[in-house]
Amino acid sequence: MSLSRIVITGVGLTAPNGNSLAEFRGNLLAGVAKISRIDVRYMGQLLAGVCTYDPLRYQKKKELRVGTRAGSIGIYCAREALADAGLTADQLARDRTGIFVGITEHGNVETENEIYAISKFGYDTKFWSHYHNPRTVANNPAGEISLNLGTTGPAYTIGAACAAGNLGLIHATQMLRLGEVDFALCGGVSESIHTFGIYAGFKSQNALAHHEDPNRASRPFDKARNGIVISEGGALYTLERLESAIQRGAKIYAEIAGYCVNSDASDYVLPNPGRQAECVRTAVARAGMQPRDIHIINTHATATPMGDIQECEAIRSVFGEGCPDTSINNTKSFIGHAMGAAGALELAGNLPSFTDRVVHPTINVDDLDPLCALPGLILNRPKSVDRVDTILNNSFGMLGINSTLIVKRFVS
Amino acid sequence: MTKDEVKQVVLDIIADIAPDEDLSNLKPDVRLRDQMQLDSMDFLDIVMELRKRHGIEVPEADYLQLATLDSCGEYLTPKFNALASKG
Repeated sequence: MSLSRIVITGVGLTAPNGNSLAEFRGNLLAGVAKISRIDVRYMGQLLAGVCTYDPLRYQKKKELRVGTRAGSIGIYCAREALADAGLTADQLARDRTGIFVGITEHGNVETENEIYAISKFGYDTKFWSHYHNPRTVANNPAGEISLNLGTTGPAYTIGAACAAGNLGLIHATQMLRLGEVDFALCGGVSESIHTFGIYAGFKSQNALAHHEDPNRASRPFDKARNGIVISEGGALYTLERLESAIQRGAKIYAEIAGYCVNSDASDYVLPNPGRQAECVRTAVARAGMQPRDIHIINTHATATPMGDIQECEAIRSVFGEGCPDTSINNTKSFIGHAMGAAGALELAGNLPSFTDRVVHPTINVDDLDPLCALPGLILNRPKSVDRVDTILNNSFGMLGINSTLIVKRFVS
Repeated sequence: MTKDEVKQVVLDIIADIAPDEDLSNLKPDVRLRDQMQLDSMDFLDIVMELRKRHGIEVPEADYLQLATLDSCGEYLTPKFNALASKG
């Protein structure tokens, strides 16, 4: 079966250290992390990656009052991606545009807020908001984007734990190839820093990072890593079939080369390096490549003691020692773990490597864990390389969901 | 409370639930929904905020009484005063 070629033609994002691809990339190359301390309900001051985009740029005050933070992040990213693609919402074929947004979870924030609100009224549920259901339905972030843009094609979320950002792009690719849509906005978003439950859950798991200096707290592969920094954020892409992108003279960032999604079927939270390796290997094979053809691997590593080692084991088993042109990095060391947005944001941070031929590093590695000492790991400083033709992006999540997405430099 | 004070209470609520609207020229005798963007969920916000901020209950059968600022004043003033006298 001959599959349509799918290309990325626009990127819109908000990350703790940047509200555009240019700002984000600049900080990744300059070693600028941005982690803050915020008040988390019932728990006090904790570390978080906080986004500083202007929500009023694309939303009215009333939309912000009624909607969710995830919806707002999604709207900002979608509008920015469209602008980057050289399009306005009015130019879209409304019923042929799909919106596919990866989420780790949705509804925790809004439910916690309502329970807190009625606690002030003796837990009398007559004070429970009539907005609770539209705010907490799982399709909320995608639905808010469709309302804001006025698109009438399919718009829904893809729940895939922390693999969700990749899943947004993968699903959009499939929908474009099926001919279900002609244009897609896709990626992932997260509002997770606004729920105490996720903090408390990671804390109970002993998986929440702590460090005197917030910007040094997220430290994948370092011996002193002690867990995850939770972040909010989003990255959405415009995806099109190649012929439509060429027809309208679009700028092309990259072409989707291959992907794989599989399941560990082994544990609720513990990763499975064997299944991760299968996921990576299958994606490489589907891209028609060999491991040595991959020039950048962006790892999922979240800085948990075991998780990093297991991903390194998976990568080692696929790439071994025979891939001299393969560089390996990590983006969470700068921005923390943006949950449902992680995969999409981390891919975005690497896309400019196709043109500037620089690989951004993973920072905060003072003492490399020997069990994470992969050949090609780019530590603390960016590295210039001869060429970057391919980027492999890993994103894994709880309940054993693994995703690998490979994009390649566009060559007509 | 006077009717004008009650109308101001309602206006304060509307200012919060419709923050993009210019309320300076609202006509007190014209239906609110005919003068501004106010959907059924916004209307429920008025009911909810009266309950939360002032302990005032508006049964569903009486929702039409909140159609205009004037009718709000007529309908709600006795409720506010009854609450104050309990108080």
